[in-house]
Amino acid sequence: MKIKVNGKVTELKESVNITELLDIVKAEQPDYVTVQKNDEFVDHDAFKSTFVEEGDNIEFLYFMGGGR
Amino acid sequence: MALTDKQMERYSRHVILKQVGGKGQQKILKSKVLVIGTGGLGAPATMYLAAAGVGNIGLVDFDTVDLSNLQRQIIHQTADVGKAKVKSGEETINAMNPDIKVTTYNEKVTAANICDIIKDKDYDFVIDGTDNFPAKFLINDACVITKKPFSHAGIIRFEGQTMTYVPGKGPCYRCVFKEPPPPDAVPTCRQAGVLGVMGGVIGTLQATEALKYILGIGELLTGYLLTYNALTMTFRKVKLPKNKKCAVCGENPIVLNPVDYEANACDMR
Ligand SMILES: [Zn+2]
Repeated sequence: MKIKVNGKVTELKESVNITELLDIVKAEQPDYVTVQKNDEFVDHDAFKSTFVEEGDNIEFLYFMGGGR
Repeated sequence: MALTDKQMERYSRHVILKQVGGKGQQKILKSKVLVIGTGGLGAPATMYLAAAGVGNIGLVDFDTVDLSNLQRQIIHQTADVGKAKVKSGEETINAMNPDIKVTTYNEKVTAANICDIIKDKDYDFVIDGTDNFPAKFLINDACVITKKPFSHAGIIRFEGQTMTYVPGKGPCYRCVFKEPPPPDAVPTCRQAGVLGVMGGVIGTLQATEALKYILGIGELLTGYLLTYNALTMTFRKVKLPKNKKCAVCGENPIVLNPVDYEANACDMR
């Protein structure tokens, strides 16, 4: 099945939850990433119970703290 | 107040734009922008705002210029090492454009002073050029509470991001990122490094947003997070929903006053 992760088409063998998807895409600091699924925020405590399905649009938003 | 001949000449490339014109340039000259942090982001943002003729610029920083700053903080020169950053910034602006009145705040923003600094000159727009999460959340909360539009930005390594908050027009930083990560959980520029030009790209975008807001033209990055990756040379504009549960701008806010979070490693020297 195909989903989009940060705009990139990503092929998955089976439906996975957000925690597993973070692992598959090797997300840095998965504990502090903000997740959007089809334009809705997914709460951290719902990562395990939220599964991605064909055609889903997932955005991982990362903290960027620098500036000086 | 009409533009002087000198101003007509100085700002001629603005005045010729139909979206700006003489009227728009006068708006810019009357405007007040507060830049918090005169570093990688704040330096280029401030310089472009000063060149553009933003009549009142407030600079906030508690630090002095360090040799390691000069790789990216272009408002400071080699001779400024050891000088207060706000002083060095003020001197650069004065040399650049005599139309600008600079107000300096040689202090660190805290829950105790941030609202007073924002209200000091009743700034029209705030630019977050800080380098740590406690400051970024502090600025967000203070701007939401005092109803000030502001530009958030962050840079690290080869990446940057920015979004614009306008009261009542879209999500705030806290809608997207609930609370600061624990100290050291997320690397800072000091630990991870940053390509010097990242601040130039993102800081200049912040200045662009400030000018667009002042002029009332175009579409701001409200409701969007713009991300930039310099290695792949990719910009992405990610749509952001508003978060009803946001602790500061949501339906039942619990952050009613700015909060001081524990400073992270980037603050320590
Ligand atoms: Zn919010």
